[in-house]
Amino acid sequence: MIQFDRFTLTNGLRVIVHQDLSTPMAVMNIMYDVGARDEDPQQTGFAHLFEHLMFGGSVNIEDYDEPLQMAGGENNAYTTNDLTNYYITLPAENLETAFWLESDRMLSLGFSEKSLETQRKVVCEEFKEHYLTKPYGDVWHKMRELAYTVHPYRWMTIGKELAHIEEAKLEDVKRFFFKHYRPVNAVLVVAGNVTTEKVKALAEKWFGDIPSGEKYVRNLPQEPAQTAARKLEVKANVPLDAFYKTWHIGNRLDGDYHATDLMSDILSGGGSSRLYQSLVKEQKLFSNIECYHFGSTENGLLSIEGKLVKGVKMEDAEKAVMAEVEKIKTSPVSEQELQKVKNKTESMIAFEDMSVMNRANSLAYYELLGDAAWMNEELDKYAAVTVEDIRSVAGKIFREENSNTIYYLSNN
Amino acid sequence: MAIDRKQAPPIVDAVNFNLQLKPYQSYTLRNGVKVYAVDAGAEDVIQLEWVFFAGNSQEEQNLVAATTNFLLRNGTSTKTAFQLNEHFEYYGAHVNRACYNETATISLHTLSKHIGELLPVVKEMITDSTMPSDELAIYQQNMKQRLKVNLKKSDFVAGRLIDVYLYGEKHPYGKYSRAEDFDALERDQLLHFYNQYYTQGRLILFVAGKLPANLIALLDTHFGDLPNQPVAVNQHPLVLAEEKKYRITNDPEGVQGSVRIARTFPNRHHPDFLKVQVLNAVFGGFFGSRLMSNIREDKGYTYGIHSFLHNHIQHSAWMVSTEAGKDVCEATITEVYKEMKLLREELVEEDELLLVRNYLMGSILGDLDGPFQIIGRWKNVILNGLPETYFYDSINTIKSITAEELQALAQKYLREEEFYELVVV
Repeated sequence: MIQFDRFTLTNGLRVIVHQDLSTPMAVMNIMYDVGARDEDPQQTGFAHLFEHLMFGGSVNIEDYDEPLQMAGGENNAYTTNDLTNYYITLPAENLETAFWLESDRMLSLGFSEKSLETQRKVVCEEFKEHYLTKPYGDVWHKMRELAYTVHPYRWMTIGKELAHIEEAKLEDVKRFFFKHYRPVNAVLVVAGNVTTEKVKALAEKWFGDIPSGEKYVRNLPQEPAQTAARKLEVKANVPLDAFYKTWHIGNRLDGDYHATDLMSDILSGGGSSRLYQSLVKEQKLFSNIECYHFGSTENGLLSIEGKLVKGVKMEDAEKAVMAEVEKIKTSPVSEQELQKVKNKTESMIAFEDMSVMNRANSLAYYELLGDAAWMNEELDKYAAVTVEDIRSVAGKIFREENSNTIYYLSNN
Repeated sequence: MAIDRKQAPPIVDAVNFNLQLKPYQSYTLRNGVKVYAVDAGAEDVIQLEWVFFAGNSQEEQNLVAATTNFLLRNGTSTKTAFQLNEHFEYYGAHVNRACYNETATISLHTLSKHIGELLPVVKEMITDSTMPSDELAIYQQNMKQRLKVNLKKSDFVAGRLIDVYLYGEKHPYGKYSRAEDFDALERDQLLHFYNQYYTQGRLILFVAGKLPANLIALLDTHFGDLPNQPVAVNQHPLVLAEEKKYRITNDPEGVQGSVRIARTFPNRHHPDFLKVQVLNAVFGGFFGSRLMSNIREDKGYTYGIHSFLHNHIQHSAWMVSTEAGKDVCEATITEVYKEMKLLREELVEEDELLLVRNYLMGSILGDLDGPFQIIGRWKNVILNGLPETYFYDSINTIKSITAEELQALAQKYLREEEFYELVVV
C-alpha cells in the first residue's frame, strides 16, 4: 500500500507527495500529458525531440544540468506515444534545486537556436542507432502503419522519418511548448525523504505563479474496428526469417486489461510459458518467441513475435502459433497456470516498488490516467481475474480479421 | 512575493555528506561456505546469489563455462527444464544464471515468504543437473542463430574486436564465441566441468533484503553439506595487439560507426585506480563530462559518448565508446584526442572539479538506496580481494583529489599513442 498526499495549486498543477524516510534521497517526477499521439502527422517525432530541447536551458537558467549535478543530482526523461516524463533524484537536503530547475522550464524554455540545431542532429543519430542500423529495427514502423489506418499510434515515438526531425523550426517548438507544457496539463510527484508541508510550501513558491495555460483537450481520430486481416511481406538484409503478428486490444482502462495482461503472461512469461515450451522447446520451430502488449493508454496492440529456426517454413511457424492461440481461446487454462502468473505479477510489483523512483513514476502515471490511488488497486484487479475471463478475452482478441501479420524474410 | 529565478537556491555540497555503507553480517556454514548478508529494506523481498569459481578462466575449451552455467536450469534427474521453470515461476521467483570471467553465478529473486519452497530446488540445480543432450542441442542452435543476428550489429562486432586487441584472443577477457565453438560442445565436457566447479567447487553466498530469521539455518541445511573444495583461478597471459588503429566495414550500407578507443589499465589494487575514476568522470564518465558536452551537446555527432574502466578482476582497460554518424566518426576521434590533450595540458578548474565531486557523491548516495545495491558493493570488495575500507577510500579520493593530481594522471595515462582505435561501420 503506497501512501500519498495530494493537492492542486490554483493554476491547476496537480501535486502528489509520497514520503519514504528510509532513503536519504528525494525524487521529483513531472509527467506532461503529451506524447507522440498528439503530433501533427506531418511533424512526427516532435514530442520526443522536444524532450531533448527541455535540457537546452530555460528562460532564467542557461544550463539545466550543471546546477543539478552540483547539487549531487541526476535526471533523465522519456517520451512515449502517450506521455512525456521527466525525473530527478537528488539528496533530499537539496530538494529546492529541483523545484527551481523544473519550475523555470515549465515557466518558459530558453528557445535557443543552437540547442535546436544540435538536438536535431543528436535525435537523428538516436534514430539511426536504434531503428536504422539494427537488424529488424524498422519492423515496428511497418507494423504500426499496417495496424493503424488513422489513429496517431500509426507512428513511433522517434517519428516517421528523419526528415520530420530535420525540418523542425523554432516557432513550432514554441507553439508546442505553450500548448502542452502548462501546469494544467502536468502532474508533479515529489517522493522520498520529504514532508508534505515542505513540498506544499516549495510548490507554491516555485510553481504557484506560472500561468495555468489552457487545458489540452485531446480529440484524436479513432481507429475504426478492423474487419479484415492485413498481411505484409518484407525482405531485408537480415540473417533469419522473423514472424510478427498483432491484434487490436482495448485501452488501459478497459475492464479486460488485467485479464489480457495475464493472458499474455500465460502465453509467454518465462521458461514454463506455453509458446516457449511448445514452439521453442518441443516443436523447435522458433529460436525465440514472445507475446506482449504495449500497455498503451488508448486502444493498443498485443503482439506475438519470434525468429524462426533456419529451414522452417513461415507458413508452418504461423500455423503452430495459431494452434496455441486456438487452444487458449477454446479450452480453459488451469487454475494453477493462472495462479502462477498472478504470483509472478505480485512479485514483480513488490520488486518494482522497492525503488522510490518507480513509485513516484507510477503515482504520476495513474494520476494522469485518472487517479493516483488506482496504483494500490492493481493487485486486487489482477487477483480477481478468473479462468473464464482469460478465455473470454482470448476469444475477443484472437480473431483473424482483427490481426496484422508481417513476414520479415531474410534475403540472404 | 516575487522570487528571483536567476538565483539558485542554496545547496549542501554533496562533498560534505557523511556517506555510510551499511556493514554486512557474515556467517560460515558447516562446510566452510561463507555467507555475506545485508538485512535491509521495507518490501518483503530477498535476493540470493550463489557465486562459484566457474568462470571462463577455468574452461579448457571455449564456451564450456557459459554453456554449463546456462544449462543449470535445464534439467535434473527428477525434473525437466519445464518443471524447474514452472516450480520457480509458480512462486513468482526469478532464477537466473550468469557466467563471468572468474566466477559464474546462480541468482534468486523472490518474495521472502516463498524461500522454503525454492531453496531445495536450487540445491538440485547445484548437485543434480543432468545437462540433457536435447537441451544442449536446442541451446546450440538458438545461440548460433542469435550470434548471426548480433554479427550484423556494428556495436557487437566492435565490442568483440577491441577486447581482442586489449587482452588477446586466447585470454578470457578477449576471447569470443564463434559458431564452430557452439558446434564443438559435448555433453560430457559440460558434466565434467559442472561436477568439478559447481557440485564439488568453491562457493560463496551473498544474500540481501528483508531476511527471514531462519535464513542462515535454512542455508546451512541445504548448502552446508556441499564439498566446497578449494579452486585456484587460472591465470592467463595478456597478449596485446601490435597494430593500434583499425577501420572495419561490417555493413557497407551502414549509416553509423561504432567507435572504440581504449588502452590497457591496471586493476583495482593499483594506487591510481580510484583517482583515475575521478579523472574518468571529468573526461567521459557522466552526462556533464567533457566528451558528452563537446561531442553530443555541442557538435551533435552522437546520441551518447561514454568513457569507463572495464570491470575486470585481473586487468582493466580504459575505454571510450560511442555510436556516431558515419561521416563524423573521424571527427569524433579527433575531438576525443583533443579532450585528452586538454586534460594533459591544463588544470581542471575548481568549479568543474567541485561539480564532479558533488555529482559522484550524489550518485553514490543514490546508489546506496536499497539492500541489493549495498550487497553489490560488498560483493565487489570481497570478490576483488579489496580492503574493507575500499568504499571509504573511494569517498576520500573523491573529496580530496587535486587538479594537479588529475593533470599528472592525464599525462601518465591519456596518451594518444597508447590507445587502440577502432571504427566498425
